Amino acid sequence: MADEPLTGEKRVFMTGNEVVAWAALAAQADIMYGYPITPQNEVMHYWTRLAPKYNKGFLQTEDELSAGFTTIGGVMAGKKAFTATAGPGNILMQEPVAMAEAMRLPVVVVIMQRGGPSTGTVIYSQQEVMLTAFGGNGEGLRVVYSTATHQELFDYTIKAFNTAWRYRFPTFVLADGYQGKMREPLTIYNPVERGLELVPPEPYVGRPGTPGVDRPPGHFRNTYNVEEELNEVLRGHIADWERVAEEIAEHEALGTEDAKLVVVAHGVVARAAKEAVQELRAEGLPVGYFRPITLRPLPSAALLAVARQAEKLLVVESAYGQFGRLLREALYGLTVEMVPLYKPGVGVTPEEVVARCREIV
Amino acid sequence: MAMPLVQPPMPNSWRRETKPHKFCPGCGHGIALRALGYAIDDLGIQDRLVFGCDIGCSLLAWDFFNVDTVQTHHGRTTPVMTGIKRARPELICVAYMGDGGGYAIGAQHLVNAAVRNEKITVILVNNTQYGMTGGQMAPTTLPGQKTETTPYGRDPELTGMPMRGPEMVAAITEDGAYVARGTVSKPRQLRKMFIRALQNQIEGRGFAFVEVLSTCPTNWRTNAEETWQLLEAEMPKYFHIGEIKVPLVKGDGDD
Repeated sequence: MADEPLTGEKRVFMTGNEVVAWAALAAQADIMYGYPITPQNEVMHYWTRLAPKYNKGFLQTEDELSAGFTTIGGVMAGKKAFTATAGPGNILMQEPVAMAEAMRLPVVVVIMQRGGPSTGTVIYSQQEVMLTAFGGNGEGLRVVYSTATHQELFDYTIKAFNTAWRYRFPTFVLADGYQGKMREPLTIYNPVERGLELVPPEPYVGRPGTPGVDRPPGHFRNTYNVEEELNEVLRGHIADWERVAEEIAEHEALGTEDAKLVVVAHGVVARAAKEAVQELRAEGLPVGYFRPITLRPLPSAALLAVARQAEKLLVVESAYGQFGRLLREALYGLTVEMVPLYKPGVGVTPEEVVARCREIV
Repeated sequence: MAMPLVQPPMPNSWRRETKPHKFCPGCGHGIALRALGYAIDDLGIQDRLVFGCDIGCSLLAWDFFNVDTVQTHHGRTTPVMTGIKRARPELICVAYMGDGGGYAIGAQHLVNAAVRNEKITVILVNNTQYGMTGGQMAPTTLPGQKTETTPYGRDPELTGMPMRGPEMVAAITEDGAYVARGTVSKPRQLRKMFIRALQNQIEGRGFAFVEVLSTCPTNWRTNAEETWQLLEAEMPKYFHIGEIKVPLVKGDGDD
């Protein structure tokens, strides 16, 4: 058995799904639980090929409910456990994630968005934003990283395990079928060799000693008898969330300091937005680019600063205003105009963004 | 609060601080959990047992034992315990649920965990209806039995016949599985079944499943005598009590 799955740095040309499997290995994930759904299948395909070589576990479950709940079992046992899904699978995944949210369980879930609603397409969209950020009968206390490149898929999958175990909120890597299936060059690396700390997992159940004799038993529940009892628990979770939200929030910006029009996008669409803005700025047009990397928590302070300075925001997404809704909520009270470029279920090219910007400016 | 002069005997693995327990008077859960507590004591596994309970009345057991416990969602205790067992095979995982959780909303988990021969122990309490939600028809409701959703009695023409879970599990499992049906009216037999079901997991033979016939006088709207009559005389006519599948062990003539 090989000791280290990854030593040094390696320049590779991979699909995003393969990148996720390598990143999970690099993050020292212990076990994946999964159920087939396109376009995330190859995360499992690569993990099942790599895992036995490094003494890692895998279980193919009967559905996404089971994939999510077995992942919960894995983290409660004190292992870095993860799963991956998409579309209708993401819907089923929200039941276990609601439990993870209620009990502060550090599950890591990779989403490769496909078209919706319903079966939609197996290919691509950005229509799982609301589901991923606010799914379940809860308050959306989960971290959502929206990646744009394969390098980010690698970096943020590693980071997702750290965030989950450090803050104990369920953590999503939100990508899409384009990212999952497309091949792209990137550098994979051993994070420990780079000096990155990997937050170690800890068991909830099965700790040393006899419960009730050497230590109190671990009694973990998500049900409460009365409203006040639940409210007290939730206030604690929400206070924790508000305390760390700014620390977790991340964004990327370009030229927002002097821009009259700022293009706001996330995920793979942000690449088209960024390229468009670079082209327009080269021509001297006052256009900027802003991209939340975390959709939950949203980088609200940075976004507000940009929106206060700009005259207009062009919101670009492969959905009918799901991302736009998150932005509007954060910007409530400002008079900055929000111009939509919503293309539900299809990709966005830089040319389209350039053309729209020229119409507006 | 003043302690009663005489304390009833309790298994060592019970958590005394949470007794008396929260189940209704006449409910069978307490008897089933007593038998399980003694089985845990007998095997000396309190330090490595993880107990999972479902939604429904079984969730009231979330602080019942001095063992690590996880209360999950309706039907989802089987996959949570499966996930723990797969990650930490040295732990002994018990999934405790009702007939609604195991045979209706979580049936796919029970079936697939059994087929995969997961090394876990599933205990399913069958009281022929949904207790916590107020007495609706369950997969186990007997023909003619009145519930809130079959107020004129269950009509098998419309809703089929009751589910025989252990027989189904026995049919889809490998030889290493242990499958039995006990009853809270025979707690000593039940304790033995639990011991064998746990030993099956400890020895790594395979899936273990015990259905427990139980009572719900609250929703059955029965007095003590009627409750006992139903449990002792009526239910076993359809739900046969006994060991249904016993794994071959060394010395059984297979070598």
